[in-house]
Formats: sequence, C-alpha cells, structure tokens
Amino acid sequence: MSDRLLGGIVLLLAIVIVVAASQIKAALVFDPLGPQTFPIVIGIVLGLASLYPILRPDPKPNWPTLGRLGDIALVLVILVAYAQLLRPLGFVLATFLASGLLSWRLGARPLTAIAAGVGIAVGIYAVFHLILGLSLARGPWGF
Amino acid sequence: METVDFLMQGFGIALTPTNLLLAFVGCFLGTVIGALPGLGPSNGVAILIPLAFTLGLDATEALILLTSVYYGAMYGGRISSILLNIPGDEPALMTTLDGHPMAKKGRAGEALALSGVASFVGGFFATVGLVILAPIMTKVALLFGPAEYFALFVLAFATLGGVASRNQAKAAMAAAFGLALAMVGMDHSSGTARFTYGEMHLMHGIDFLVAIVGLFAIAEVLLFLEHRGQDSAIGLALGRITVPVKTLAKCGWTMVRSTAIGFVAGVLPGAGASLGSFVAYTIEKKIVDKDKTFGTGDPRGVAAPEAGNNAAAGGALVPMLTLGVPGSGTTAVLLAMLMTLNITPGPLLFQQQPDVVWGLIAALFIGNVMLLVMNIPLVGIFVRLLTVPPQILMPAVAMIAFVGIYSISGSAFDLMVMMGFGVIGYLCRKLDIPTVPIILGILLGNQMENNLRRALSISDGDWTILVGSPLAIGLWVAAVVGFVAPLLIGRYLRPRRPVQDVAEPD
Repeated sequence: MSDRLLGGIVLLLAIVIVVAASQIKAALVFDPLGPQTFPIVIGIVLGLASLYPILRPDPKPNWPTLGRLGDIALVLVILVAYAQLLRPLGFVLATFLASGLLSWRLGARPLTAIAAGVGIAVGIYAVFHLILGLSLARGPWGF
Repeated sequence: METVDFLMQGFGIALTPTNLLLAFVGCFLGTVIGALPGLGPSNGVAILIPLAFTLGLDATEALILLTSVYYGAMYGGRISSILLNIPGDEPALMTTLDGHPMAKKGRAGEALALSGVASFVGGFFATVGLVILAPIMTKVALLFGPAEYFALFVLAFATLGGVASRNQAKAAMAAAFGLALAMVGMDHSSGTARFTYGEMHLMHGIDFLVAIVGLFAIAEVLLFLEHRGQDSAIGLALGRITVPVKTLAKCGWTMVRSTAIGFVAGVLPGAGASLGSFVAYTIEKKIVDKDKTFGTGDPRGVAAPEAGNNAAAGGALVPMLTLGVPGSGTTAVLLAMLMTLNITPGPLLFQQQPDVVWGLIAALFIGNVMLLVMNIPLVGIFVRLLTVPPQILMPAVAMIAFVGIYSISGSAFDLMVMMGFGVIGYLCRKLDIPTVPIILGILLGNQMENNLRRALSISDGDWTILVGSPLAIGLWVAAVVGFVAPLLIGRYLRPRRPVQDVAEPD
C-alpha cells in the first residue's frame, strides 16, 4: 500500500511537472530546445518510473508505531520552531531549548537532557563562534 | 615522469603547517564520524562542507580537510563493526562477519590492528592507482563533446542505483526527482524563471548543500528517533593492540587481491565502497577459505573487506576528479563541495589548477600515514568515544547541521527547506528509495541540460547527434547494461545480511 501511494503521488507530481514545463515561455530562445524540453523529458521519466511501484509494489516497510511517529512529528515541530526562534532568542538559548528537548525525546532523563542542552549549546558556541569565528544568530543579548 | 614532478609539487603544498594540521583534524574527525554508528562518510562530509566554506578555507585547504574526513571515515567504520557488531557505516558491514567473532574470542585488539593495516594497504595503493590512472583518464576526457557528456551523465544515473540495487524503478524515480529539483530557478540561457511560483528565494534554485544536509543528517536524526534505545555499551576487553607478524604474512595476498578488487569497484560507476568490500570478501572466501573458517573470526575475513573498502574510496575519486561525475554518495558530496568553491572537476582542472589536484593527492598519502598511526596506538580514544550515548550525540549532530546551513545563508527559509529534505530523506529510507541519485540530480541537472542543449545547437536540432560518435554509443550501451544488469545479477551481489536502515549508504 505504501508503495502504491508513493507511486500515485509521484505520478501526480510528474504530470504537474510536464504540464507546468510545457507552459514555460521564453521571450528569447537561442537554442533549438528552449527552456521547456528538458524538464518535460524528466517529467516523463519520473512518470514512467512511478508506474512500477503502483503495479508491482514492494513489501510493506516497517513503519514505526503511532507513538514513535508522534515523537518524530514532535521533533519536527521542535526543529521548525528552532529555525524560527533563532533570531528572537539568540543562538545559545534557542539551541539549549531545542537540543535539550531533542535529547529528552531520544530517551534521556530530564536532568541529563538539560545538561546535554547546556553542554551542546555552550560547546557549539565556544568552538564555532569563539574559536573558529563563525557568525551565529545573535539574540537581543548578543549571543 | 611529468606525474612525479607534479606529485613532488603537491607534497610541497600539502606539507605546509596549515595543511598538515587540516589533514590531521580531518583524519581525526573522520575516524570519529566513521566509528559512530549512524554517522557515516557522506553524512559527516555533508555537515562539514558549510563549515569549511564559512571558515574561509581556500579550495586546496577545504579539499584536504574534507577528503581526510572521507578517508578517515573509511578507517573508523571498522571500529564499531568489530567491537559492537554494528557497522559504523555501510562499507564496514562485511567487517562485522569476522571482526566481531574475533573480538568475542578476546582478539579485539588484534582485529583492530590488522584492520588498520589492511585499511592502510588499501588506501595507500588506491592512491597510487589514482596517481597513475587520473592523468590517463583526463586524456580520454578531453575527447568528450557535449553529446558524450550527456551520455556520460545518463550512464552515471543509470548505474547509480548500484549493481546491488533492489528496485531500479525507484532508483530512476530518485534520479528524475533530483533532476526536476535542479530545474527550479532561473534558466540561464534564456533568462526565464522556471518552477519558482513567484517565490524570490527560489530564483537561484535549490541550494544543494541545504538538500544534502537535510537528506543525510536530518533524516538520520529522524531514523534514530525511531530506533532509540539501542544499546551501545562495550563489554569487550581490547587486549593488546598489535598484530603478530605471522598473521600479517598470512593476510598479505588477501590484502593485495582485495585492494585491486576494491580499486576497480571504486572506479566503475555505480559500485562504490560497499560493493568493493562485499566483492573483496566474497572472492577471498572463494579463494582461500578451504577450512571453512570465514565467518568464525578468520583474520583474512577482516583484512579483505577493510582493504577493499579503503581501496574503493580511493578509486572513486578517479571519475569524480577527472570527469566530474561521481560514482558514490560520498564522492557526490565532495563534488558538491568543489562546486561550492567554484571549481569544476574534469580534465581542465588538471591543466588549469594542478595545485589543487596534486596538493590533494599528496594530502591523501600523508593522511593515510597519519591514519595508520592514529588508528593503531590511539584506537583506545576512539573506542571511548563510542560510549557517547546517542541521546547526546544526535541532538549535537542536528544542531551542527543547523549551524552549518545557517552560517552560509543566514536565512530561516533555507532551514525550513532543509527540514523538508529531512522528511523526504526519512521517507526514502523507509521506502527503500536510494537518496544518492536525488543528490546527484540536483548537482548535475543543470550541466546535463546545458550539454544536451549545446549538443542540439551544434546539430541544429537533430537528435541523432547524441549517438553520433563511437564513444557516445559506447556510453549509451554501458548505461543500458548498467541499468539492466542489477535486474539479472543483483541478487548475487547483495550482502546476504540485509543492511539495517540505520547504516547509511557510502
């Protein structure tokens, strides 16, 4: 079922690519192919390749349990929030929060997770910013 | 003898204090990256590219650092294979078969020392092979016109799923998906925006570094979440880390044969280090395993795959440097780095920037010696690093990935794109879709299109130019054979023990 779904989505994507590519119009074209031919060819290859998993799907992959999927979703939310909060909170605080939460979701005890968060945030800041001079996100308090 | 002069010149470049330091740091980090399960060569190099870039290293320095990481990872992979029976990366999978039984018999130190020597032999002679073969290949490469290059790209994609590929349709799907992603952004020859949908960030196309770090590093963190709770404790005594001369002598021919096999596997498109170590082990088993001791802790079963995968790592640099077409995941990542530094690999690189190429090759020789020294007396340090729990390691990896990408662009948009690729990478791994063709598609898509358009401009729209020379026809035939072969013989070239989805492709 997973493979059929995959094939279906990819087939749809391929159709979108072919349709969108055939509508590309260039004001000036200097070569016989123009900007649309290659994307159309790729779209067709993609579409053909998507037929196989629809017709002959592989055995079902081992999807994680619902709980683990929830964990993965939660971590994605944490990381997205991290990307958005880097500037408002500054590198050290944002990284402490994100890596601490991540460590906790990976199975560390709360206290260990806090320690890991502090260690990772301060460690990266020290190595990459103080020693190697990389510019990291500056928060309202400068670090 | 021209080559010798160039090589001497290369040593002059590589032996400066900065470059020696970079090689040392690279070898050390590489061994750590290779040793830690879940972090392999492509992953490690991918995370480090943006950092090398923002640190302001020049091309030669960055290349020396990152190829040292690459070679180091090939050494490091064996440590967890032998001690934990978990391959540190996919090429080290075969090393578990005899390495771990040796460790269980109390010969862990001996297995580590022997595999260190075998890695050295493989890596060293493969670098010699690179020195000999690369200048010849560049001469061949000069015969390539746009039509031949286009056919070569097709060949690279057709074989990238690997000879051991399970599902060629999925490999083709991945390649087409990557190529389609490369189309996003401005088309330079006509000035038309393609697939950007008015989003300004997309005008310059999708940054391949963002895609690579997402597909490898972020996907790895997500996989780890799923598999959390795996033990990583080491309960084995190391013993003395030396190897008796008698054992070494017994493995001599094994190492020689495995080096040759590994090197060839590395040079050929679509093979790479994993296949190099697998074929080396299988052939060695056929030749010398008369008493059926392979699989029970035979030293030759440790020497063969280790010499094989390190030789393949060197061999894989040949097509990457001379043709600009990588044959494996890690060399694809190295190509990404070259492109970031505005260096186009290929025959012209050898003519116009010999310093870069020969400095790199000299650094590989030096790195190999460093790695041998580091990996025998100092292996204890790396073993201790294996006890770092993944609950601390994986968040650190994720954060360093973010730091790297943020430091090149400073935009949250790129971080979101990276996360998107992380999810795609995770789904690909679950659905058994190779991710390397996606990377290569993004990397080479524009060049592939340009070569096609140039070829058809030359012929004024006549498609037969694509098969207009014997060389082009040969490449097309090789592409078709390479695509079809796994369907027929792939079964025999696949390791019996399935690769867990925690081990990343080389």
